[in-house]
Amino acid sequence: MDSFRDKIVPVTVIVAAIVVIWYVAAIFMNAPYQRELNNRAHETPDLGTFIGQTWAQRKPTLPAPHQIAENFFQNTFLVKITSRRSLVYNSWVTLSSTLAGFAFGTLLGILIAVGIVHVPVLDRSLMPWIIASQTIPILAIAPMVVVVFAAIGITGLIPKALISTYLSFFPVAVGMVKGLRSPDILHLDLMHTYNASKIQTFWKLRVPASVPFLFTSMKVAVAASLVGAIVGELPTGAVAGIGAKLLAGSYYSQTIDMWSALVAGSIVAVLLVAAVGVAGRFVELRMGARP
Amino acid sequence: MNVSAASASAGNVARGANAMSSVASVVSARSLSLVFETNDGPVNALADIDLDVGKGEFVSFIGPSGCGKTTFLRVIADLEKPTSGTIHVNGMTPEQARQKRAYGYVFQAAGLFPWRTIERNVTLPLEIMGYSRAEQAERVHRTLELVNLTGFEKKFPWQLSGGMQQRASIARALAFDADLLLMDEPFGALDEIVRDHLNSQLLELWGRTDKTICFVTHSIPEAVYLSTKIVVMSPRPGRVTDVIHSTLPKERPLDIRETPEFLDIAHRVRDGLRAGHSYED
Repeated sequence: MDSFRDKIVPVTVIVAAIVVIWYVAAIFMNAPYQRELNNRAHETPDLGTFIGQTWAQRKPTLPAPHQIAENFFQNTFLVKITSRRSLVYNSWVTLSSTLAGFAFGTLLGILIAVGIVHVPVLDRSLMPWIIASQTIPILAIAPMVVVVFAAIGITGLIPKALISTYLSFFPVAVGMVKGLRSPDILHLDLMHTYNASKIQTFWKLRVPASVPFLFTSMKVAVAASLVGAIVGELPTGAVAGIGAKLLAGSYYSQTIDMWSALVAGSIVAVLLVAAVGVAGRFVELRMGARP
Repeated sequence: MNVSAASASAGNVARGANAMSSVASVVSARSLSLVFETNDGPVNALADIDLDVGKGEFVSFIGPSGCGKTTFLRVIADLEKPTSGTIHVNGMTPEQARQKRAYGYVFQAAGLFPWRTIERNVTLPLEIMGYSRAEQAERVHRTLELVNLTGFEKKFPWQLSGGMQQRASIARALAFDADLLLMDEPFGALDEIVRDHLNSQLLELWGRTDKTICFVTHSIPEAVYLSTKIVVMSPRPGRVTDVIHSTLPKERPLDIRETPEFLDIAHRVRDGLRAGHSYED
């Protein structure tokens, strides 16, 4: 009952408001083109019909929500999964390089963090480069990565995954540096009194203490990975993937296709972040967190 | 102050003659000083400390905040390095003693690892020191029994009360074979009822295990009730102002605290604190 009042009602109200604003905006944004069409056909529809027309264009400036929903449903459930048009197929293509890049980025981020925490030279030298790396726009880097790899004959998943890696290692590295440094002085003193080696302190204290930090930064990293994979598909002339759908849609002004590809992308993002959250919760419960 | 001789007589006779030295001194400090360099200038945490702790003794360090009692304990544990003077633990430097795992340290906070069960918290030092699985299980069982925590093996720290957590941390310090137990205000954060209870349990445990215990506190009754020897300290600079040998018997029921003998010792401790200007400013 409480969750109904606290969550469902406000969320529904906001969504309803957005949908209403969207429909109104669609009328205004599609009206000029519709007027032009009607002029050419020498038609003068009444207001109701005109509004209906602005919500039913084949290539609208701003598609109405029901057009996107229809297109999304069509391309997700009615088209064969193996088809080029299928959003499931395209999402899977993007998802596979997202996951590869995310796995590699997480690993890289952890390794960098371990290095920074244990080697003072790396602590001073590496961090500025890492931060600098993230100030370069990914849109500038992505085509170069794709072109360089294509020149040595590597295309497809690997260059896209590398762009994902580039975006996802950063939050993990920063989060893990903080996590590995999070143990109390008291716990470190305790390990010192046991004459524990650095490796023992690392595995028995630093690593378990960093787990909550790891999952928090992995949530950010997995979303960044998806962005990386989509951006990586844009300049490749990729034939499949959410990014390829977006690009093709913009070539042919298939705005509805673009919007439904965006919807597919955000659903994948939500699922990925939720999956990391569930995994994190599971691990924390196994590690004795309060339920 | 002829501390060593007295401690030898008070020590455990059954252990027999120690061939290594004439006096079985577990901790011995000679003109020990420690100066912390801070932004506000140097702080004399310890100044010219001469002290011996004999085998099997229960020594309390009492004094106001800043008198260096915790610092002294941390020097014994090799968590701080003295600036001058010498200190030996079991005849070794603190660093060697630490490497030989000569002592168990109990901090003011229980400091249990929240991601480990009580049982696995107690095995932590055993894992680090390379005990076998069977040995670990046997020792966990034994030490948890010693601190009355049998049945709580699989609980996580947050499921236990503060007193129980502190008992678990004592079990952790007892799990390996250190003859010396260093306790830094272990019951300071607990309420008085729990504290009384743990005090009598600690005495019982000390009686059963013949360990040497160094115990930091700022409660006069706690110091008098527990100790065979009370070291009174005062701040600025941190120094020893008095060493009082308790005449109380080894068997100490809680109501011993109302006997004239007890009150007499407590009075001497209070005098010692007053002499160190501990009640001023």
